[in-house]
Formats: sequence, C-alpha cells, structure tokens
Amino acid sequence: MKLLASLLLCLFVSVAWAAEGDTPKLDIGKGGQCVRDPQWMRKNHMHLLMHQRDETVRKGNRIEQDGLKNCVECHASLSDNSVIARDDSFCVGCHRYAAVKIDCFECHASKRRTALVMKDGK
Amino acid sequence: MSDLNTQRRQFLKTSLGAAAVAIAPGMLLFDTAHGKAEAGSSKVRWGMLIDTAQCKDGCNDCVTACNKENGLSGGTAATDSQWIRKIELKDIRSGRELSLPMMCQHCEEPPCVDVCPTAASFKRADGIVLVDRHRCIGCRYCMMACPYKARSFVHEPLQDQKPDVPRGKGTVESCTLCVHRLDKGQQNTACAEACKNKAILFGNLNDENSEIAQKIRSVASVQVRADLQLNPGIRYQGL
Ligand code: SF4
Ligand code: SF4
Repeated sequence: MKLLASLLLCLFVSVAWAAEGDTPKLDIGKGGQCVRDPQWMRKNHMHLLMHQRDETVRKGNRIEQDGLKNCVECHASLSDNSVIARDDSFCVGCHRYAAVKIDCFECHASKRRTALVMKDGK
Repeated sequence: MSDLNTQRRQFLKTSLGAAAVAIAPGMLLFDTAHGKAEAGSSKVRWGMLIDTAQCKDGCNDCVTACNKENGLSGGTAATDSQWIRKIELKDIRSGRELSLPMMCQHCEEPPCVDVCPTAASFKRADGIVLVDRHRCIGCRYCMMACPYKARSFVHEPLQDQKPDVPRGKGTVESCTLCVHRLDKGQQNTACAEACKNKAILFGNLNDENSEIAQKIRSVASVQVRADLQLNPGIRYQGL
C-alpha cells in the first residue's frame, strides 16, 4: 500500500513537473508588485484593459495604473524594452502558448520609453 | 448612441457576470474596483482662436510640433496623415493673401459622427471630436462627410507609435486637440505652444474668464463655413 502511494506520488510530482516545464518561460521585465493579484491578472487582464480603454477613449478617465502603457512600463524586457520583440517577451510568450492573437500593438506602443530605456542605451 | 453602446456592453457583461457568480462564486472578480479619475467634463468646451494676421507665410512651426507630439511622419503625400496643415488663401479680386493653419474644427454638430456606422467617431463631453480606433472599420464615411477635409486614413502598418498616441493601419485619425495632454491637466496644445507668433490661442470657450473667451467677446472672429451651422470650436480672426 505504501509502495503504491509513493508510486502515485512520484507520478503526480512528475506530471506536475512536466506541466511546469511546458508553460512558457517569460521575460517579465522589471516585474514587481502587479496592479492586482498575479493569478487574477493571468485570467482577467483583458477585462481590465477592455474597461480601461472605453473609460480612457470615450470618457477621458485615464486611470494610469490599469492602462496598457503601465503594463508595458513594468513588463517590457530589460534587454530590448519590448513586450513583443522575442518569443519569450511578456505578452507574446503567453499569447502564443495560449494561441490567442493580440493586435493591441498594431496601434499601441510596445516599447518602454522611460528613463530605463536611456540607461540601457538606445 | 456611443454611450448607449458602452452601456449595452456593460450590461451584457454584468448579466453574464451574475450568471457566472451563481454557477461558481468567487470565480468572477472583475467589475469590482473601478477607480474614477477626472473625466472630460461638459462644463468645458475646448476651442481655439486663430489670428490670421499673426500667422506668418511660410512658417510651419505648428505643423512640425503636431507631427512631433503625435508621432506623425510629416510626409505630405496623398496617403500620409496630416492632422494640421497650413493653407494659403488668396482673394482673387483684391489680391489679399493669407496663410493659416487648418485642422479638425471640433464641430458641435459633427457630420463625421452622424455618418459613422460604428459609433467610432464621437464627441467627448468637453467638445473634442475623436475616433475610437477600437471600433473604426476604416470605411472612411467620416472623411467624405467632413467639410474641412480634416481626417486622414492610415494606409500602411506603423511602428514606434507614441505611447500616448496609439495609431494604426486601417483606421481614420485627425487632430485630437492633444487630448492626452488635456487629460493630464495640461492646458495647451502642441501647436499653440510652438507658435512663436502667438497666432493660436487655445482654451476653454465655456469659461467666461478664460483668455480665449474674453478675446472672442472683444474681437471679430468667424467660423469657417459658418453657413453649415456645425458650430466648430475653432475660430479665425481676420479671415
Ligand atoms: S471638422 Fe470634420 S472631422 Fe472635425 S468634427 Fe467637424 S466634421 Fe468631424
Ligand atoms: S472610417 Fe471609422 S470613424 Fe470614419 S465613419 Fe468609418 S468607422 Fe466611423
């Protein structure tokens, strides 16, 4: 019985480990404290952005914190300042994995443009 | 119309939300914290007074400043976006010549908004007429309807847009009165700021103590094509 249990345990652990290995390894950029709980963000960031875009464009309420610009600010890579440039870039990495096409960056800036950029040269 | 549509979307979302909560409580956390920042308010009507006597022939500073502020290429081919342009006028009988900037006139009754099939063209509470590029389908009806030829269509994919000024292929765009500046609390547009001859005066037409409102009370100014009764927010002095 004990043997079975430990066998099962091994199986579960290895399965969990394999799943972990499968998920995209993202370049999270500057990272740090996100505007909501990260787990919640993984599931719901699109709702936040959708709400924010109507508020901003149509009503002029610019809640900087919840805007796409703020996402880019934290999550653009520290090496190329972009959220979409490489396969492991923050937005692209996950979206490719989930097979969800994003077209935000056909219009929106995908690069961080603050002092961080200057420091890294370019 | 436009507000109605956002409300409808909100309604669909929340009714969906209610259902989801019933099925799995705790699964649906969105629609909770909606912070309210300063909104574009209907107490304000942004506008400009352009003094044609001050606007110098050959000077292009406002156009250059606009291009820089909004990340436009500055090209003037038929397919390039131009949010503001200098036009030269000549009265054939008297020979009097004028040079002046022309851009979206931010009409109170904007025909571009009337004709837009998707409610992408809309007027904000503070009188600024914008295109919501999330909805624009690029049909260009608004370009046909605008009597001032103020709008441009983006024909090619763009790179390196300004973070404050998203722009993209397949949508229509025009002067936004530097709405990203105003929403941050700045009180001037890039073109007005750049004009060293002070030909462009920007401000709140509804505030009777503002410089622009005072000046409009004391000098003769006209609206271009006033006969169309669109009541544009841009007025010209000495036209
Ligand atoms: S000037 Fe043209 S684009 Fe601007 S609000 Fe009037 S009709 Fe619309
Ligand atoms: S081009 Fe876009 S903004 Fe203009 S009328 Fe068509 S959908 Fe509306």
